[in-house]
Amino acid sequence: MDALYIFASVGLWAAILRIATPLIFGTLGALMSERAGVLNLGIEGIMTFGAMIGWLTVYHGGDLWLGLLAAAVAGGVFGILHALLTVPLGLSQHVTGLGITLFASSLSYFIFRLCVPVSGTPPTIVPFQVLHIPGLSDLPFVGEAVFRQTAPTYLAVILALVLAYVLARTPLGLAIRLVGENPHAAESQGLDPIRIRIGAIIFGSSLMGLGGAFLTLSAFNSFFPTMVQGRGWVSIALVVFASWRPERALLGALLFALFDAYQLRLQQIVGKAVPYQVFLMIPYLMSIAALLVMARRARVPQALMQPFRRGER
Amino acid sequence: MMRLERRPDIPLSLALSAPIGAVVVSLALAGILIAAAGAPVWEAYQRLFLGAFGSRLAVTETLTRTTPLILTGLAAAVAFRARLWNIGGEGQFYVGALAAAALGSEAGLQLPGYALVPVLMIAGAIAGAILLLVPLLLRLRFGVDEVVTTLLLNFVAVLFVSMMIEGPVKDPMAFGWPQSVPIVGDAILPKLVLRSRLHIGLLVGIGLAILTWIVQSRTVFGLESRAAGLNPRAAAFAGVSLKRILMTIACISGGFAGLAGAIEVMGVKGYVTTDLSPGFGYTGIVVAMLAELHPVGVIVAALFVATLFVGADGMSRALGVPSFIADVIVSLSLLTMLVALFLSNFRIRR
Repeated sequence: MDALYIFASVGLWAAILRIATPLIFGTLGALMSERAGVLNLGIEGIMTFGAMIGWLTVYHGGDLWLGLLAAAVAGGVFGILHALLTVPLGLSQHVTGLGITLFASSLSYFIFRLCVPVSGTPPTIVPFQVLHIPGLSDLPFVGEAVFRQTAPTYLAVILALVLAYVLARTPLGLAIRLVGENPHAAESQGLDPIRIRIGAIIFGSSLMGLGGAFLTLSAFNSFFPTMVQGRGWVSIALVVFASWRPERALLGALLFALFDAYQLRLQQIVGKAVPYQVFLMIPYLMSIAALLVMARRARVPQALMQPFRRGER
Repeated sequence: MMRLERRPDIPLSLALSAPIGAVVVSLALAGILIAAAGAPVWEAYQRLFLGAFGSRLAVTETLTRTTPLILTGLAAAVAFRARLWNIGGEGQFYVGALAAAALGSEAGLQLPGYALVPVLMIAGAIAGAILLLVPLLLRLRFGVDEVVTTLLLNFVAVLFVSMMIEGPVKDPMAFGWPQSVPIVGDAILPKLVLRSRLHIGLLVGIGLAILTWIVQSRTVFGLESRAAGLNPRAAAFAGVSLKRILMTIACISGGFAGLAGAIEVMGVKGYVTTDLSPGFGYTGIVVAMLAELHPVGVIVAALFVATLFVGADGMSRALGVPSFIADVIVSLSLLTMLVALFLSNFRIRR
């Protein structure tokens, strides 16, 4: 019975948006890149770097928004690297992406260790505070559950809706989709598949950086290695679950966060009867389940992972 | 007009210069970071070399670190050659380690010493193989990309190990630290060099690398698995059962990674913790790429990567450069290696 009461607690619903935010950014980032035909497995490392550089910027006296900007720019720089290797050179997107993840994470740890000496308690910053929206935040239950988030969370939700519109309804969105489906047809329409792919990867990577920065600038207030905890890989699975559509990515991330927030609370009720590791496994097993459910149904961009070379078919 | 043309075959000199070039470029790029850390670059690399080879202890430590990397490197090399993207080496390492530790403890198998060691190694390999067969079956049956599933299973595997060492196989004598019950004396691998941590696992790794090379170059199965990787459709047309090949490759690849975990427990630690591996599974991917997926090359690449990790500790102690520099160099060398491979695969034609 207690297990059902969890759904009535306002804390659960407020936690959902908070847990979902890094996943929304990450999933949208991976999705934009894949819609143009390029898988970016650099996500896990780029999120780690975003978390580190965002935190470091604020720790050294920067504004929180400057921290977010730094994370987005850094993400974009890794995006340029991934784009150069996979688009003009056409290298394996799997291996390049993993290389970027290993590089970005180890560089994060190196820079962090260089700038912040070892200490017992990790240094902290003052993170984003709840953004009070007059009227909405004061609504009973709903106000507390939905409208008492930090600014980056609202940004993530708005971004998902904007990207859904851009992809579905604008010439730019059409161009990106065409390049991801059939780059040769796109080229014959006067589009430049190489430039569009590079642009989509860079944009997507900067979103990944933002997703990481949310962890250190809003969800927590310090940086520690391995804090991304597979959120990048979960995002990659969510893209498939969302059938490569931003509005579904938003829903997928929220659904995922609902389960995550629920299991955290269920854990407290169940206590020691079930090992806590079982609960911690759930997000990863759920991602695999999501892949299973959608694997045959999702409409994969037809040119995903196919390098484009001019004049070659 | 200039254009790129794929080389029909790559001369040996070029095949060897690719990893060397990649490593040199990575070391040069990492030199910028060492300089940024305020250390003299040349001296730093000297310290690194001394840290890895400067004493008898250093050499044995480097070779001890090489051992699991040969096996996780082989795990990636064998799989990648057949286009099976096994990124789950880390998880397979841990379940292999757990299997060996659980069965090798006092409460485990009651076997005489000469039988216990091989049985535990096989048990570790089987555990690793099973963990890779799951995502492969998901791919074959449901079309789920194994890259993401193997990555996700790494987290599940470590959590499973954590659950076991805080539960059924927890060591009550470890002052509350989560670690498994130690293995019995008969399960501990003999030392290769006295008064060091170096054990005979190194010979197992080298032996398996050579065996893999022979199988790949001299047997029908080796040829078929190569064909399956190069052109699955043509291979299927020629009567090669892709499914059978991939299942076998998965058993070998997951088996190598699981064996790496078992050997690390039996040769070095004697028990399992959740920090048994400093990323051996992921680093194995870099080892495999630096070796251009060649089994014998894996031995050399593993030695190189182990040198960086062991040497960087010495450099860090002497000059205060964070030892994460080793991870940076290793990951950079993966990226530079990809470019080097591209450059050696193509030539410019006018």
